[in-house]
Amino acid sequence: MTLAVVKSQEPVTPPAPAEAKVIALPTSQKSSFAEMLPRYASSFASNVVPPLITAALILLVWQIAFGNPGATLPSPVQVWKDASDLIVDPFFVTGPQDIGLGWRTLTSLQRVGIGFGLAAVVGVMVGALVGQSVWAMRGLDPIFQILRTVPPLAWLPISLAAFRDSSPSAIFVIFITSIWPILINTAVGVRNIPQDYRNVAQVLRLNTFEFFWKIMLPSAAPYIFTGLRIGIGLAWLAIVAAEMLTGGVGIGFFIWDAWNSSRLSDIVVALFYIGLVGFVLDRIVGALGSLVTRGTAAA
Amino acid sequence: MSAYLKLDHISKSFRRGSSETEVLRDINLTIHKGEIVSIIGHSGCGKSTLLNLIAGLTPVTTGGVLLEDREVNAPGPERAVVFQNHSLLPWLTVYDNVALAVDKVFGNSKSRAERRSWILHNLDLVQMTHAKDKRPSEISGGMKQRVGIARALAIEPKILLLDEPFGALDALTRAHLQDSVMQIHASLKNTMIMITHDVDEAVLLSDRIVMMTNGPSATIGEVLDVKLARPRKRLDLVADRSYIAAREAVLKFLYERHRFVEAA
Repeated sequence: MTLAVVKSQEPVTPPAPAEAKVIALPTSQKSSFAEMLPRYASSFASNVVPPLITAALILLVWQIAFGNPGATLPSPVQVWKDASDLIVDPFFVTGPQDIGLGWRTLTSLQRVGIGFGLAAVVGVMVGALVGQSVWAMRGLDPIFQILRTVPPLAWLPISLAAFRDSSPSAIFVIFITSIWPILINTAVGVRNIPQDYRNVAQVLRLNTFEFFWKIMLPSAAPYIFTGLRIGIGLAWLAIVAAEMLTGGVGIGFFIWDAWNSSRLSDIVVALFYIGLVGFVLDRIVGALGSLVTRGTAAA
Repeated sequence: MSAYLKLDHISKSFRRGSSETEVLRDINLTIHKGEIVSIIGHSGCGKSTLLNLIAGLTPVTTGGVLLEDREVNAPGPERAVVFQNHSLLPWLTVYDNVALAVDKVFGNSKSRAERRSWILHNLDLVQMTHAKDKRPSEISGGMKQRVGIARALAIEPKILLLDEPFGALDALTRAHLQDSVMQIHASLKNTMIMITHDVDEAVLLSDRIVMMTNGPSATIGEVLDVKLARPRKRLDLVADRSYIAAREAVLKFLYERHRFVEAA
């Protein structure tokens, strides 16, 4: 009873502090609204400004190091003077062999797309088999472990001999380079499918095909995408090297061609292209992965 | 009543290299249609192994499991399992988790619309319709277990196997779910086998309690009939004589005659 009395007394006192709060709340709300935009801008700035500063510093050091006449490499200013057409317009076409770097990059990307796409499909399928079957693992794993250490370019002569054409050979090099991380990661992912999910599949009597699509792929998706991400990086590394040797159109051959005709500035621009495209490819696969594996990670 | 499920001289050994350990020996049990049977025992006595044998997830070493006089030795939807850790697929929504089971089992016999309303009906049965579009990571442990039960019920199993279904839940949530199970049983009259290590849960829910001796080579020590009228009300039972007697019998079995010697 005494407690009740104390409680009934309490509501009498609040009005005064309540009024004070009514004044306090809107101002704090207003300030938070006003803070919203600057906060967004500041988070953007804090992510973008540091790399810009670093880039500027690198350009400065580079300019100082190679700015004097007789330097072995072109300075940034020299690169801009020599190759501004390549930087400004990636998609110009002035002759059969005189096209913008964008076109060359697209040609290379097409080869990577085919080779990597094949590697993804075959890698996931064979990886699923190796992860699922103990005998497949025992039989295949040692061979894969040996093959995956062969450097990409070591495959090139033999694939040139087999295909007798540069383009399929380059695609094969991409395929054989990027398949191993996809295959091995998929196998690990499949081996790590929780027994609970397998039990559910068994009780429901899912067939092999249903199990593959409904349990195996979603469950192993985080591993598969790790493999795909490593794979696309390796593919992009390999295509440049392969194109340098096979010739034709492509960003790799462009570098080799520029080297043979002493256009060092062009090489510098091409390096930037390669770096940017590789970065974008990595981010695309990464973003795709986090989109697909939204649910899987939080079990 | 006739035998619905019969466990006939089942034993199970696990072989590892050259050594062989016998986990279960000579299990004989007959379960009738519509019965709730609990299997209780100390941890490590092979309760879960026994359930896996009935489910067909683990093969028996000797003996056989007979469902309606036919031997079963592979998993199938007529023996649905509610797993201890819910085993919902995290990349599917609540609805899709149940739909996976329903579409597989009734894909040929029910139309799309029928399947949809059947899924919703089963979610409604466990009061989970409100969360049908959520993913398992967004709902509580008790809710996940409800969905697990809905998934098992939705495939209309002949026997529902529950493997410590409420073991990982807090006491209040557990009580809620026990009440739900009793309600579902009252309306559907399904046959259930439940593994538990909770004496109160066993007495409250079961028609019979199967008490296991300690392993290795565990077997059925005693079977206790719980003669309590249904529907059972948790609060009324607290002072009920036969409830107290049943509880005492199980406790005595577990802690006097078959103390868990390796208890840490």
